[in-house]
Amino acid sequence: MLLIHCPYCEEERPEVEFAGAGEAHIDRPKDMNAMSDAEFEKFFFIRDNPKGVNYERWRHIHGCGRFFNAARDTVSDKFLTTYKSGEKKPEVATQKPVQGAKK
Amino acid sequence: MSAQNRIKGHGQLSLAKTINFTFDGTTYQGLEGDTLASALLANGVHLAGRSFKYHRPRGILSAGPEEPNALVNIARDSTRSQPNIRATVQELYDGLTAESQNRWPSLAFDFSAINDGLAPFFPAGFYYKTFKWPPKAWDKLYEPIIRAAAGLGKSPAEADPDRYANRYAHCDVLIAGGGIAGLTAALAAAKAGKKIILCDENPNFGGAILYDNALEIDGLSATEWVEKAVAELAALENVRLLTRTTAFGYYAQNFVALAERVTEHMAEPDPALPRERLWQVRAKEVILATGAIERHLVFADNDRPGIMLASAAQKYLNQYGVAIGANVGVFTACDSAWAAAFDLKKAGVNIAAIVDLRDNPPLELQEKAQTCGIRILRGYTVTKTSGRLRVQSISVQPINGGTVEQIRVDALLNSAGWTPSVHLFSQSRGKLKWHQDRDLFLPDIYVQDCISIGACNGTFDENELIAEAQAAGNATRKKAKAIRIENQSSWAGNAIGAAPGAGPSDNVKAFVDFQNDVTAKDIRLAVREGMHSIEHVKRFTTTGMATDQGKLSNMHGLAIAAEQLGKNLPDVGLTTFRAPYTPVTFSTIANHARGPLFDPTRKTPMHQWAVDKGAVFEDVGPWKRAWYFPKAGEDMHAAVNRECVAVRKKAGIFDATTLGKIEITGPDAAEFLNRLYTNPWTKLGVGRCRYGIMCREDGFIYDDGVIGRITDDRFHVTTTTGGAPRVMNHMEDYLQTEFTDLDVHLTSTSEQWAVIAVQGPLAREIIEPLVEGIDLSHEAMPHMSVREGKICGVPTRLFRMSFTGEMGFEINVPADYGESVWQAVYAQGEPRGLTPYGTEAMHVLRAEKGYIIVGQDTDGTVTPHDAGLSWAIGKAKPDFVGKRGMRRPDLVAEGRRQLVGLRTKNPKVVLEEGAQIVATPGQTVPPAIPPAIPMKMIGFVTSSYWSEALGHSIALALVEDGHSLEGDTLYVPMEDRTIEVEVSGCVFYDLDGGRLNGKN
Amino acid sequence: MAKIKMAKARPPHEGRRFANSAISIEQALPASRISLRAGSNELAELTKPLGFKLPSKPGTSKTKSGLSALWLGPDEWLLINNDPQAISKLMENLDAVKCSNVDISHRNTAIIISGKAAEDVLNSGCPRDLSLDAFPPGFCSRTLFGKIEIILWRLSENSFHIEVWRSYSEYLWTFLLDASKDAG
Repeated sequence: MLLIHCPYCEEERPEVEFAGAGEAHIDRPKDMNAMSDAEFEKFFFIRDNPKGVNYERWRHIHGCGRFFNAARDTVSDKFLTTYKSGEKKPEVATQKPVQGAKK
Repeated sequence: MSAQNRIKGHGQLSLAKTINFTFDGTTYQGLEGDTLASALLANGVHLAGRSFKYHRPRGILSAGPEEPNALVNIARDSTRSQPNIRATVQELYDGLTAESQNRWPSLAFDFSAINDGLAPFFPAGFYYKTFKWPPKAWDKLYEPIIRAAAGLGKSPAEADPDRYANRYAHCDVLIAGGGIAGLTAALAAAKAGKKIILCDENPNFGGAILYDNALEIDGLSATEWVEKAVAELAALENVRLLTRTTAFGYYAQNFVALAERVTEHMAEPDPALPRERLWQVRAKEVILATGAIERHLVFADNDRPGIMLASAAQKYLNQYGVAIGANVGVFTACDSAWAAAFDLKKAGVNIAAIVDLRDNPPLELQEKAQTCGIRILRGYTVTKTSGRLRVQSISVQPINGGTVEQIRVDALLNSAGWTPSVHLFSQSRGKLKWHQDRDLFLPDIYVQDCISIGACNGTFDENELIAEAQAAGNATRKKAKAIRIENQSSWAGNAIGAAPGAGPSDNVKAFVDFQNDVTAKDIRLAVREGMHSIEHVKRFTTTGMATDQGKLSNMHGLAIAAEQLGKNLPDVGLTTFRAPYTPVTFSTIANHARGPLFDPTRKTPMHQWAVDKGAVFEDVGPWKRAWYFPKAGEDMHAAVNRECVAVRKKAGIFDATTLGKIEITGPDAAEFLNRLYTNPWTKLGVGRCRYGIMCREDGFIYDDGVIGRITDDRFHVTTTTGGAPRVMNHMEDYLQTEFTDLDVHLTSTSEQWAVIAVQGPLAREIIEPLVEGIDLSHEAMPHMSVREGKICGVPTRLFRMSFTGEMGFEINVPADYGESVWQAVYAQGEPRGLTPYGTEAMHVLRAEKGYIIVGQDTDGTVTPHDAGLSWAIGKAKPDFVGKRGMRRPDLVAEGRRQLVGLRTKNPKVVLEEGAQIVATPGQTVPPAIPPAIPMKMIGFVTSSYWSEALGHSIALALVEDGHSLEGDTLYVPMEDRTIEVEVSGCVFYDLDGGRLNGKN
Repeated sequence: MAKIKMAKARPPHEGRRFANSAISIEQALPASRISLRAGSNELAELTKPLGFKLPSKPGTSKTKSGLSALWLGPDEWLLINNDPQAISKLMENLDAVKCSNVDISHRNTAIIISGKAAEDVLNSGCPRDLSLDAFPPGFCSRTLFGKIEIILWRLSENSFHIEVWRSYSEYLWTFLLDASKDAG
């Protein structure tokens, strides 16, 4: 079970308290009705699903109830950072494991 | 029987504590503290099982969790029968009853051992190659035969009566393995004030040093030192010691699963105790001190009972006081087997010879052997063994060739060296590195906050090990107090792959994997047949795939494959180590989640009343809902008909508590609803209600419900029973992340209110006498209105609404009062015919009115227009969730499935829900008998009931372009007939809706 | 009109209790509960109707004169008043200021678990670190217990208050009793 840092509760909490909510930083257009079919398709159906850093939405559904965003490495499954919804997308790099024991 | 092989003055068990046990029907005596294996060996029993494929007789090979052979069934009683228990880890208790497995009719004479004689016909990949054609033979012939022959042991037929527990735990340091390394690290970490969990799979801490009689630590014997260390740790508050506890899974972020066997060793377990407990530990740091496992040598007929790992024989002698034979041979490539031989010799066992593959074993070992009078054969190999149910002799020969000599033995110790137990490290996603000079895979790249110490890190020297363990346990503090080590024995020397005499040119059965009967030859064959990756070799031969997961065999298999491929060993790859390290019972994983705790069962405040009235319940998600209330002699059909008629003619009372409820508050509440529901809300007056439809962005119906306006800025929203959590989530999502301009808050009130629906022509007069402060007259409180006031003296939100088509009310009262108010209403109405009705009657009544149920008449691909609910779309609204989606090309195209009513031509026939609909007669359900026309489905039945009120069946269905087909005849092909139906509107009863207002 | 017979309240598990040498579990008495929602700009105004400043640090709580406020989220508090009759007055006072106040007295029910094994018993179903460092007295949080959502509130070193939706309380009781069998 992963630990996920909730930016609102300001601590790491067990994964079971959270629910994933899809890709982040997809804003609902102000004027939905002006969208072409192709634009709607891109907005609603098409997702990046990258190998590496993925920006995604999570909800601390069994905690403070807030939606927030996370950058997660889809290769290592690691949460690289989490931040409040509405905040700017942070630049993060995937982490490489360190050779040799730590001690 | 007496235990003839127990040697007085040896071992750590008290001879006074004698207990009885039974193996295959014979009663033996053992000692408290024995394992089943040590007790059997004490009684001279080596033969403990049969192998899986060839049914070869097998003995006890090891003294630990790696045991591949001695798997037994242990039954406390008929409900507590567990197969595949390793005799080497099962602690003996008084009255233990064990049976060998995989044999018939008896262990000594097993009919299927004929497979062994037929071995040339069972090469690697036999099943893949043989049971291929014809395809039809799979069902009828191959599968039944294979299934009957396959499988180890039998699972119990009855439910498990024991309880199992779970515990989440957090600590600074988790130490897996309580041998000398783990104990030393624990002492260091504990003194640094860290919160520690130390676990070990054995009943006692100490690990391998417990059977090292020579070793001295700080002037103490190994056992004395362990006792002192454990006592010291046990006295500390920051230390939790867990014995009989296996760390079996290492997951992300230092989350480690442990299985604690709480009562497995007890003769009469306290019923309050769980049989096993799962520990889910989150550790800031993990110290892996998991030790090493001794490998067997791969030589011809190396699987006869009596052939045993050297360390196992040493452990049986020094811990349990059991000599595994009287005339024992030793075959080794590793120094540690010599120490075992010396211990046995000292205990009075004759050592027939030490056969060492190495030309030059350490001189001090040779000298010591000579002093004891043990014959040494350097640079020799064992080419053959004899003895059917117990090894009788070994044939030895110089590796370079030469004379073969047969030596009589009654047991053979063997050792190919030690494999560090890197399982947990590997599970942590750490990367291993091959050390060519030492023939070892050792931890290299760590990806979690953990460290390997001691033998599992390749550190066999006790002085180095102590330093490593102290540093790991107390990394930040100054150097810990030195621990003095004397008389340590060496673990040096390794042989991997087949021993000389079992090489590629030799046609012998030299077992690599005992449990799955995989020989060196099988692995070579797999390579010759094109399996070039170890992952393929593993799956083709099944090496390492048995319950022991290749603890003994993996390195050998890898080396043989590498040799055959002409590659370096690390280039062949290493199979992935996966959890669990040793088998874990399903019950341990399920732990508390059984019976009533498997899933929560939700009941309404009126549940007990319904139970008392004899209601039959149905599950609606986690809720128990009263389905119907049969009277004596009534079947479901009769009860439902009676309930429906009562509602139409008089009145019915229905528990609607399970409906989801959300309180929406704030100055922008109406605007929020405008955006989330298809309907307009701004103009809804205070005290009025409206039926609302919620769509997702894609334009499909997501949920529906009645929404009442309590005050300007407070709405009482209802959702479907099953939809409550997801609707709340959907609303929160938009509120928090999209419509952040709105000042609105959402609160779930589903369980705040008990909801009593009273429906039918007499509804008003039944409740009126109980209500205060609300004018219930039609003029003051018309259909689709809500009022606040009191009923039976308690606050209520009273809705005038209907899901039956009759005039009706839904009484919301604070849940604690639900039962009492229900009783008062029932008492008031019963004399006038008020009848409790269940969900089935509710379904019939709403279907007669064509009211949809989201999730039954819709399936996530139905738009409001498809469902005939275009009237509920606020066309003037600039935007709402789903508005743009509804204009998608597919959603406005022709040929969409639309909701219609169906009436069967024969009024008595009730369609099956889910039945498919076709346009023309003659189409039949496959498999069609020629010359039938294949079916082209144009829709399906979503709801179907008998309507007692109408005297005919009714159905709702989704049919392509259904709205334009009214009056047409369609066909519902069934297996035995085709049913003719006529398309109608969705409303069957009271077409103008007059009854809602108490008319008609 | 005849006199209307007053309905009787029947709270779930009224009076239910269990105790052994290491653990005591009891159904809490009925109480008033309000789900209070307010933005950061509205906090100051709330001090007056509540009689104290709302706790604003995640996981903290404040109790004064029988009224407790538990921080559940950045704009969400659970108010609990031990007096079940106090609800109307409190709702009225809150109506007067800008906030969202919803009566949830009957939605939730509560179980008090105390004793030296309380932490261990709770950790049979709750994955959180309940050590005094991580979850000190006064700390509160929505979390999970087995398959249900709870609000866990530590009253003292060995005593916890668990809020749960009423229909899930049977599951909670059953689980706690199962986990208490070998407590101590």
